[in-house]
Amino acid sequence: MEQPNLTYIDELSGDNLEFKTKLIGILKKELPNEIKGYSEEMATTNFSEAAQSVHKLKHKISILGLEKSYYIAEEYEINLKNNSTNLNADFENILKIMQEFVNRL
Amino acid sequence: MNCIIIDDEEMARAIMTQMITLYPELKLIQEFPNAIQAIKFLNHTEVDLIFLDIHMPDFTGFDFIQSLKNPPKVILVTSDKNFAIDAFEYECIVDYLVKPITEERLNKAIQKANAYKTTSKPTEIKPIVEDNANEFYINIDRRLIKIEMASVNIVEAKGDYIHIKTESKNYVVHSTLKKIEDKLPKDLFLKVHRSFIINTKKIIDIEDNSVLIAKDVIPVSRANRPELMKRLNLL
Repeated sequence: MEQPNLTYIDELSGDNLEFKTKLIGILKKELPNEIKGYSEEMATTNFSEAAQSVHKLKHKISILGLEKSYYIAEEYEINLKNNSTNLNADFENILKIMQEFVNRL
Repeated sequence: MNCIIIDDEEMARAIMTQMITLYPELKLIQEFPNAIQAIKFLNHTEVDLIFLDIHMPDFTGFDFIQSLKNPPKVILVTSDKNFAIDAFEYECIVDYLVKPITEERLNKAIQKANAYKTTSKPTEIKPIVEDNANEFYINIDRRLIKIEMASVNIVEAKGDYIHIKTESKNYVVHSTLKKIEDKLPKDLFLKVHRSFIINTKKIIDIEDNSVLIAKDVIPVSRANRPELMKRLNLL
């Protein structure tokens, strides 16, 4: 399973540590909220709203350098729009890995 | 160029804000987490360029552009590659960036924005003018916008606001469900839940305690279900 990294954030920040800290702070704040929103929508089987949440999470997935996971998320978003939960386990595993990584930052 | 950022994601706004500092010709004057706040701002402030997200709750980037008369230059910034063709139907859109944004790609977009010629007319909210008599008006930032009743799919109450979803656009209006219910024709519209009024002609299907209208699944409360069922032309 591919692992998250900070390559994009490091490239963007260069030697601007203040900006890097700011981005990580936002990541720590925004990621759990987005995951929570997604989980709530899934719990109520509101798949079209859940698809919107997956869409939003795709940006975080790409920021953390998870290229293969991005494509899984993309496909999962389409599935949810079609009322299918296929790839659910794969996607939620990606969320778990991301959250664990962000918790360690 | 005076520019603003509209994106509901704080991370995206932070990244774009930082990247804009690399361009001395750009002056970021404000960032907004939603399009409604930006519309209010544009009522009194001239802007040359907007970095605009497409997927935002309630009011999408395209809804936002359609609500502007003489829109300024727009660079779309989105995680969705699928709207590129739609995007270029709008004259004001100069480029389409897919997140995460790279410096190289942003460079090209800024070059296009610099080269792009726009009219010098001020940005304003576009009134919709149609001949049909079956309409009502909504007040958005001191402008009255006409909406054809038959085009309304659903109306949803959200706090002090109602969200009016039509076939082509969404509007957020400071009002109550009761007020709009009184305006809408009773033979066409039905309150199916304490937060929802639906256009019964737009129902695609009904399943248990919900109805599908366009892409929205609307809950139907137990008390309102009998009236809904009465309206259906059941075999």
